[in-house]
Formats: sequence, C-alpha cells, structure tokens
Amino acid sequence: MFGKVIGKRLIFSAFILLAVSLLVFGATLLLPGDAARAILGQQATPERIAALNEQLGLNDPAWLRYLHWLGGLFVGDFGTSSASGGPVSELLGDRLAASFILMALAAIISVPLGIGLGVYQALHRGKRRDQTMTGISLVLASMPEFVIGIGLVALFATSVFQILPAVTLAPPGEPVWNRPEQLILPTLTLVLVVTPYIVRMMRATMIEVLDSGFVEMARLKGVPEKRVIMRHAVPHALGPVAQVVAIQLAWLAGGVVVVEFLFRYPGLGQALIDAVTYRDVQVVQAISMLVAAVYVAVNLAADVVGILTNPKLRSAA
Amino acid sequence: MSTKTETVRHDDANEPNEKIVLRVSDLRVLTNAGDEILHGVDFALARGEILGLVGESGSGKTTAGLACMGHFREGLKFGSGSVSIWPRGDATHLEVGELDEVALRDLRGSRIAYIPQDPALSLNPAMRVGEQIREVLDIHDFGASDRERADRVAEVLVDVGLPGDRAYQRRWPHQLSGGQQQRIGIAMAFAMYPDVLILDEPTTGLDVSTQSVVLDTIRQMTVANNVAGLYITHDLAVIKDISDRVAVMLRGDLVEEGPVSAVLERPQHDYTKMLMAAVPDLAGRKTIGDGAAEAKAVAEADEKTHILVSTGEPGGSADSGEHRSDGDARDGEAASAGERDGGAASATAPLLEAKDVALAYGKAQILDGINLTLEPGECTMLLGESGSGKTTLSQCVAGLNDDYKGSVRLRGTELARSTRKRTNEQRVGIQYVFQSPFSSLNPRRSIGQSLTVPLEMSGQGTAASRKATVEEALDSVRLGRTFYHRRPGDLSGGERQRAAIARALVNAPSVMVCDEITSALDVSVQASIVALLRTLREERQLAMLFVTHNIALSRHIADNLAVLNKGKIVDYGPTAQVLEDPSHEYTRALIADVPKF
Repeated sequence: MFGKVIGKRLIFSAFILLAVSLLVFGATLLLPGDAARAILGQQATPERIAALNEQLGLNDPAWLRYLHWLGGLFVGDFGTSSASGGPVSELLGDRLAASFILMALAAIISVPLGIGLGVYQALHRGKRRDQTMTGISLVLASMPEFVIGIGLVALFATSVFQILPAVTLAPPGEPVWNRPEQLILPTLTLVLVVTPYIVRMMRATMIEVLDSGFVEMARLKGVPEKRVIMRHAVPHALGPVAQVVAIQLAWLAGGVVVVEFLFRYPGLGQALIDAVTYRDVQVVQAISMLVAAVYVAVNLAADVVGILTNPKLRSAA
Repeated sequence: MSTKTETVRHDDANEPNEKIVLRVSDLRVLTNAGDEILHGVDFALARGEILGLVGESGSGKTTAGLACMGHFREGLKFGSGSVSIWPRGDATHLEVGELDEVALRDLRGSRIAYIPQDPALSLNPAMRVGEQIREVLDIHDFGASDRERADRVAEVLVDVGLPGDRAYQRRWPHQLSGGQQQRIGIAMAFAMYPDVLILDEPTTGLDVSTQSVVLDTIRQMTVANNVAGLYITHDLAVIKDISDRVAVMLRGDLVEEGPVSAVLERPQHDYTKMLMAAVPDLAGRKTIGDGAAEAKAVAEADEKTHILVSTGEPGGSADSGEHRSDGDARDGEAASAGERDGGAASATAPLLEAKDVALAYGKAQILDGINLTLEPGECTMLLGESGSGKTTLSQCVAGLNDDYKGSVRLRGTELARSTRKRTNEQRVGIQYVFQSPFSSLNPRRSIGQSLTVPLEMSGQGTAASRKATVEEALDSVRLGRTFYHRRPGDLSGGERQRAAIARALVNAPSVMVCDEITSALDVSVQASIVALLRTLREERQLAMLFVTHNIALSRHIADNLAVLNKGKIVDYGPTAQVLEDPSHEYTRALIADVPKF
C-alpha cells in the first residue's frame, strides 16, 4: 500500500521533471545572443561562426536538439560547456560537492534547531522568552540573505572581530572542506535565513497540538511531561512542519546562489552566475535541472514524513 | 465575589463516613486574572456509587471534575479548599492540592481516572489503541512482568465488550466507531483498578443506541470494580439512568444535592425546577419552553401565541392535536396559494414533496428512495442517528447538495437540483437553519448585516425596507431590534440561534429546514427555541422539516415523524402513532434506548 503511493509519487515527479526540462530548454532558446559569437568574440568571421554552429549542432531543429539533450541527461551526460570546451558534468562535479556540503551543513543544523526552538517556545508560550524569540525570528525572517551575510561579515570578519575569513580562500581545484573555517560564515548565513520559518511553524502547530484533547488525556493518565511532549505531541506537529522544512530546503538549493556569490564560494551558484555571464547555455540548463530535481526530491520527502506521522493517511493511502 | 451559596441537601450522605473515597470541600477555582469560577463547592463520592454533576455550559462542572485530579485548564488556577482522596489499601488520605507533580502523576490514571467527552479527540490518532491502554499500565508499573501487563490489556478490553485479541489491539483509533472509541477510553480508565472515576460527558457525542451500550458498560464496570464515579453531564435523562446521587451546579455554585429520585422528583431549588421543566420527555406530558424555562427574551412574547401542538396526556388528546393542525394546514394552504401563486392549480399539490430521492457516493448508498410530503404549518421530524443520511436529505431538499436522483417539488413544481439553477422565488421558499449557531454566523458582521444578506440576494426592496424587514424578523424571534448592531461574539448560544432563525425568516419562506438546530444548546435554551418554533408555525403558517437525533423532542414539536435508518425511511406517520405503535424494529429499538424520564 505504502510503496504504491510512493511509486505513484515517483512517476508523477518524473513527469514534473520532464515538464521542467521542456521549460528550461525553451527558455534558453529564447535567450538573446548567439552562443558561437559569445565564444568567438566580436571579431569572429562569419565562416568561423558557421563552422562552430555546425560543430555544436546548433543548426539542427530545436526539437532534435532537445531530444539529444534529454537523452544525454538520462545517462549523466549534460553536454559540453561552450565556454570551457570540456564536458559539463566534469565542470560541475566539484562545484556540486561544494554546494552540497554547504546545504547539508545548513540543513543538519537548522532543522533540529528550528524544531527544538519551536517546541521550546510553544511550551513557554506567552512568557517573555517566547515573546523575545518571536521578535527575533520575525526580524531574521524579514531580512534578505545578503543583508544577513554582509552583517555577519562585518561582525566576524572585518569591522568588529577579525576571526573568520570573509571570502573563500581555497584556490580553484582545492576542496573547500580543507579549510573548515571558510565554511562557517556561509553556513551560518543560510542557517539564520532558514531557521526562523521552521521555528515559527513548529511553534504554531505545537501550540495547537498541546491544546488538543489527547495531550490533556495523556497528562490525566499520569504520563510524565517529557513523554507527553516527545511521544504524544511532537509527532503530530512534525507532519505540517515537514512541508515548511521541504520548502526551506528547496529554497536552499536556489538561495545558495546569492550567498555563494557573496562569499565567493566555488559552488553551483557561482557556476550559474558565471555560466549566465558567458552564455554557457549547457551549464545553465544543467544547473536548472539539478535545482528542479532538488525541489522535487525534498517535497517528496516531506510527503513521506507527512504520511509516516499520520496513520490515517498511512492506512487509507 | 466569594459569597457562598447554600446548597439544598436532601440527606446527610455528604457528611464524613467510611464509604467516602473522595471528598471536595469549599473548593474555589480562580482564573489567572483572579476572577472566581467556582465559589466553594462541596461534594463527596462514595465507593460503588455514581454522583451525577449536572449544569449548563459554563456552570463549572468540568472545572470541578478536573480539579478533583489536581488538573486546571489553561488560564485557571487553584484558589482554596480541599480535595481529599482515600485510596484503597492506604490508611491515611491524600490531599490532592498538596501533592507535588510526581505524586500527582502517580495518582492520575492509577487511583483516579478520567473518561473524556469526545473519544475521537482524546485518543492519540497516531498510537495503536492497545498501546494507549498499555501505556497506562507501563507508567504506573502494573504487575510484575510484561506478560502480566499484556494480559491485563486483553482482559480490560474484554471487560468493556471489545475483542481483546492482538489484531484488535493493533488498530488505530480512526478504524473504530465512536462507541468503540469511547469504550477504549473506558478500558483505559479501568486498566489500573482505580478508586475514583471522573466521567466528563462521555456519551454526549454518541447516538442513543450507542449511548445506551456505553452507559451499560460504565454501570457494570463501576459496580464490578466498586469504584466511586463522578458523572458530569448536562443531560438529566442520562443522570436519572446512571447515577445514584445528583448534584446541580449553577454558575460555579452547587445549588442542590441528594439522591436522584429525591432531587429529580421533588426539586427544591428554583434552578433545578426550571431545568426539570425544560427537559423534553418522550411521552410529551409537559410543554417545554413554557413557564419557568422561558428565557427572559421569550417572556416578552405574547403568551397568547403559544398554542401547543402536542400537549396534554399521551394518547387521546394527541389525536385531537392532529385534527387541529390538519385544519390549520388546509387554511394555510389556501391562504398561501392565494397570496403567492395567484391561485394556480397547485393548490391541490402538497407544499413540499420529495419523491424517490436517492443519493450514492460510489458504493455507499446514502439515501435510498425517500418519499416525504409537507403541508403548510406542518412540522415533520426527520429522526436518525449520525450517518443515517438525515442532513444529506435536508441538504438535497434545500438544494445545497445537487448529486441526488429523484425529485423535490415545491407547490407541485419540480425544483432544479442545485440552488443556483432554482428560481429566486423557489430559493426564497425554502430556507435552511444550520446546526451550530457558533459557526453559521459571520463573526465580523453585525447581526443586522448578516440578516440583510438574504434580502440582497433575492433583490427585494430598498435599503430602508430591508432594514425594516430585518428588524421585524428580529422582533419575531423575540430578540428585539436592539440586536441589529450587535455582533455574534456578544451573543449567547441561544441568542445566536435565534438570530440564525431570523435570517431564515427575513425572506418569508414557506418551508424552513432546521438541521439539528438545538443539539448544540443547553436544555433550557433548547426549550425556549422549541417554544419559539411553535409560535412561528402558528403565526406564519410555516412548514418545517426538523432534523434531529433526539427522539424525546418529537412530541414537543412535530406533527409527523419520519424515522431514517441507513438512508431509508423505516417509519413514517403522525408522531403519536409512530411512537405508540412503531412498525419497524429499528424504531422500537430507538424508543427503548431513550433514557426514561
């Protein structure tokens, strides 16, 4: 039963990705400018441009190019970067790992932190510490990520303390995790952006659950308070919060662009910005597809959590 | 503030004696702001006896019950007084108010157990039912081994009449019916062989037949385990059925206390007398909603308009009531046909006729070949338990549900299935009053604004004439035009339901569909609403479809009774006839299950 639902969702997800691939490909077709001219520069002769177009397969009809590209995606071939001339997958390999590290660190810290703080606030609702925390989370939630990032840089790297690097120091080619201190500020920025939403959602659902009849019943059964919270209340609050966490994690995949740019971090975001600058269509397409895949995957994960925490869905599904 | 009302006591069972297990004396509970909610309540629970605690919503009965367990809901706190408990096997008593958190936890669920009002909300939906019972045993260290605990879970399930096997224990709460869920709640409470049981309206959300099964279970378990019970309810009929003694609460005071027979048959306090007068009885011996039970708003009404429908002794005079309303019906029909239809041929057709109405969702047949007719000034009660399809049927009639097959005719003209496709006149002709007055009125709009909406929809009159019509409607439901600018939040439940009825009246309908309109209200308020409906029928020749699960109301409101079971009408005829000579097994069972009063 359960497997069937997940299977259905997976098929549905595949269709979504297919639709996204059409959109991404269509959008890059509409981009102004000529890839061959962008590569060869303004002085290129028409003959050389024609030759390059032929070489890149740009003279084929659009649908044929789309099918080519799509076929490549299935075997992990993202095409050839028109800027560097090498395969896109090779170019993105290191970048992907660097970005993944950043996102994973941010997620591992912010999800438990957000849930924990939300539960804490719900348990002390109405008291001063709850109000203070609500205020702080509201301020953080309303600040754009680059403001937070610049604020952190000013605080820890330049104006106040000079204890952390303001930008990524690793030379190209060196893995970012060789110098852990350069990961701190980007990770902290992402955590500060993502956590407030999770806290606020967790607090709201937790308050609702704490007011429910079965929590009162558990207390009247003599269940110790810790078990009331962990066994009876929290599992019910996780379902709705999983959706928010998913949206936040998906945002990380895209939002990482600005943060990476800010810290000159050699991740996917940097790669995307460079690719757009150099009209490197293949790379833009590949990164867009990766981000879309992350969105689909985390939302699927959220649905699974929702089903697991609700036996009604589990058995009815 | 802290003056204490003297309780009328019928005997001295409340004085200290060796049978008492729990004793509450001079209990005061405050809000966090310092307002007193309970003004010094005294009662005692004796082993093997059930004390019924009755009162209307807001009287503080649940607060008193939970205070016995040392539990106060959000916003409330202990004031003064004492709650003493004498647990089995202990020589000394415990003061609940003086216990620390750990000691209190040990007491709860083990020595003093709670059975909540709504089992659907009180069972953890994400825990298997067996596990929820087992949890009580684990926390309180029942027995010596896991094996012993597992056996106790199975045993207590069998005790409450459920299968005790593994497969049943592994079910989720949502896989059980309401009655089964409540029995899980009872099993949970009895698992530790408690001394005291607090039952907080455990049957309020249940059907009469389920209620009678649950009450039987509670009674058996109380006697078998020699437990002292506190049964909190607003339903006096249930009290009479289950408890040995009864205590009546009014706004945080205990006004009367004594053995059930003494209090209910010879009530001393005015409030108890009023409550007794407001309870509908199946035999229809009294007229609810008249005399003492009248709310002050009703008292302003002209007494002469209170013409009673099913008064007098059961039997003989009920028939004469029938004849009279037949006569009224004919007059009314002629009048309304003359006024509204310009004397068309429809004068011979019934006002409202449902023919072969059927509705199915997939394989589930919700309604199956329903035939009903309604004449002007006539009230038909549609009686059924939850899931019988009674609300679905009334929605089909009103055009709120357009999935049905068959036909609904108003004055001989077949109505389109959906209200959107019905003509303005047809829409105005059938008006609907919803169950809960708490959710059917928009809290952001004043009563006047809410009541003007139907007039705007039907496009009648000018702004001034609409206001006049709304004020007239407010007068006719005995609220008065001063309510025009008030908002639902300022109104009591009864006042809100009156406003909702006024909203149905502004367009001068010929049929009013009342969907469980008294079930969310206290008995005294219910009585006044029933009196109001009687008056409206007489004044306006209004035909009514009164949908309810409460069979006891039938003689007080309805000329005809249609009993709905699983989507079929199993009994249909004049009220007295159906009640005295039910033709279907289901109706007989239903009548037998009503707690006798």
